[in-house]
Amino acid sequence: MYARALTWWTILRIALEERLVYRGDFAIGTLMRFLPIVTQMFLWSAVFAARGDQPLQGYTYTNMVAYYLLTMIGRAFSSMPGLASGIALQIRTGEVKKFLIQPVDMIGFMLLQRLAHKLAYYTVAVIPFALVFFICHRYFYDLPAEAGTHSVATFLAFLSTLIMGFMLGFFLEAAIGLIGFWFLEVSFFLSGHMFPLDLLPQPWSTLVDLLPLKYLAYFPAAVFLGKVTGPELVRGLLIEAAWVVFFIVTTRVVFHYGVKRYSGFGG
Amino acid sequence: MQRTEATISPSVGQQHPSYVRVFLTFARNSIVRDMTFRANFIIESISSLGWMLMNLGFYLLIFLYTDEIGLSTGWGKFEFLVFLATGWIINSLVQTFIMPNAQEFSELIRTGGLDFALLKPIDTQFLISFQKVDWSSLVNFFMGLAVLVVSLWHLASREVNPWVFEPIVVLLYPVFVLCGVAILYSLTIGLAATSIWLGRNQSLYDFWFYITTFGRYPMEIYRNSWGWALWGFFMFVIPILLVVNVPARLMARPLTPREPWEWLLAGFGIFATLTSVIISRRVFVGALRSYRSASS
Repeated sequence: MYARALTWWTILRIALEERLVYRGDFAIGTLMRFLPIVTQMFLWSAVFAARGDQPLQGYTYTNMVAYYLLTMIGRAFSSMPGLASGIALQIRTGEVKKFLIQPVDMIGFMLLQRLAHKLAYYTVAVIPFALVFFICHRYFYDLPAEAGTHSVATFLAFLSTLIMGFMLGFFLEAAIGLIGFWFLEVSFFLSGHMFPLDLLPQPWSTLVDLLPLKYLAYFPAAVFLGKVTGPELVRGLLIEAAWVVFFIVTTRVVFHYGVKRYSGFGG
Repeated sequence: MQRTEATISPSVGQQHPSYVRVFLTFARNSIVRDMTFRANFIIESISSLGWMLMNLGFYLLIFLYTDEIGLSTGWGKFEFLVFLATGWIINSLVQTFIMPNAQEFSELIRTGGLDFALLKPIDTQFLISFQKVDWSSLVNFFMGLAVLVVSLWHLASREVNPWVFEPIVVLLYPVFVLCGVAILYSLTIGLAATSIWLGRNQSLYDFWFYITTFGRYPMEIYRNSWGWALWGFFMFVIPILLVVNVPARLMARPLTPREPWEWLLAGFGIFATLTSVIISRRVFVGALRSYRSASS
């Protein structure tokens, strides 16, 4: 047990050090990623101006900006850049053999690696994130009492959606990311990164509600803003947990049959 | 020895390559390359098409909740779709003809491959700017055209203040679309040239993407409080606000009758295009001068 923990710890440390090499590039890249939000702010400001500042499906202008800022946090946890393509590359180059002959579980290894990458990312990204949220703090003033700024319970729920979002993002992409190039784009659209999903009219809103993608960006932000409360919140968290379990099992099953079919050549 | 060189070099100098024929060869080579991996070509086309459909969906969603973007700016649903389509047309031309080369350029510098481009008896900027054509991105061009035609048809058939066909506008539109492409080209080549100084410029594409997002909306949306600063910057320093705004405004006519400043804007569009092309050329030539081969 101790030896095993030591192995995982070593993997985590190596991946962490590997990632912290380019921290300057990281911080600037993270800041740049907020630039599209600036244009979104102006776009929505123009939309609200044309509406005479009437709230839109319960979103005021400041709520809308807060939503976009919060989805950035959600995506920082749930997005897995290069995961599916990395696996595809390892299969093509035969590097995957390494995992098959070593007494290391490949999925577990990749999960830890990803965890380390994310941890490294947060240690650097916390600076630009803090800067942006400090500049934009006034967008969080007019939130209701159930929102994450006032209620500890909501904030804890928000944290749990972030952590589950990480798990879901990882296993979702590992399981089905490989089947389609379009997956990333669809997930970008249907996860709520582009707009709050509750703006969608029927039947789209029901459809989106049934998909697991909304837990990647929309759900954490909606929870923080106090849009999802009480039994609805509990139900959402349980469904998200169920999706996580579902995709863990799917990944394991797919991987099991994949390894059976895999044949490695050369050395 | 010296005499032979003297006799040879003028004759070499006189043989101007035909740029059109060279470009056509590039275009043909690229299509041959694309057709070698036909399935990949189709997948890429569908992928960029899907991306555009999502964009369209987003704006249709916005127009469920508002009649126009910005109060009395005139950018109603179909006017804005003309804007969007114009943006797609310009972007697809950039993605097809320019982007694949710009991405290649920083690699050329890192690996020293630029040496071979410098040795060829043709303008280096031409060679590295147009060597590759990504034909799969052209699908966005046709999608843009389709949305443009449908929106104009909607505008023309509405009862209040219908869109009328003006030959001069239809003639000027492609000119200003090309101006927009030229501005984006200047920005791209200027950014790419910086990789000569920086050695490697991997985030070039990212930076380009984030900068150009500012040009994707009608410029009226920046006209409040600190938006004015952005407006001024992207109007006069990096004039990407002109890229889509000038042709789209010309075609969609958000304000009827036209305001005098709209013609001023069009004139400034031409001026900014010429200026940015000249500046980017200078930056490129200047950067080439400080190029030191990376190969051994």
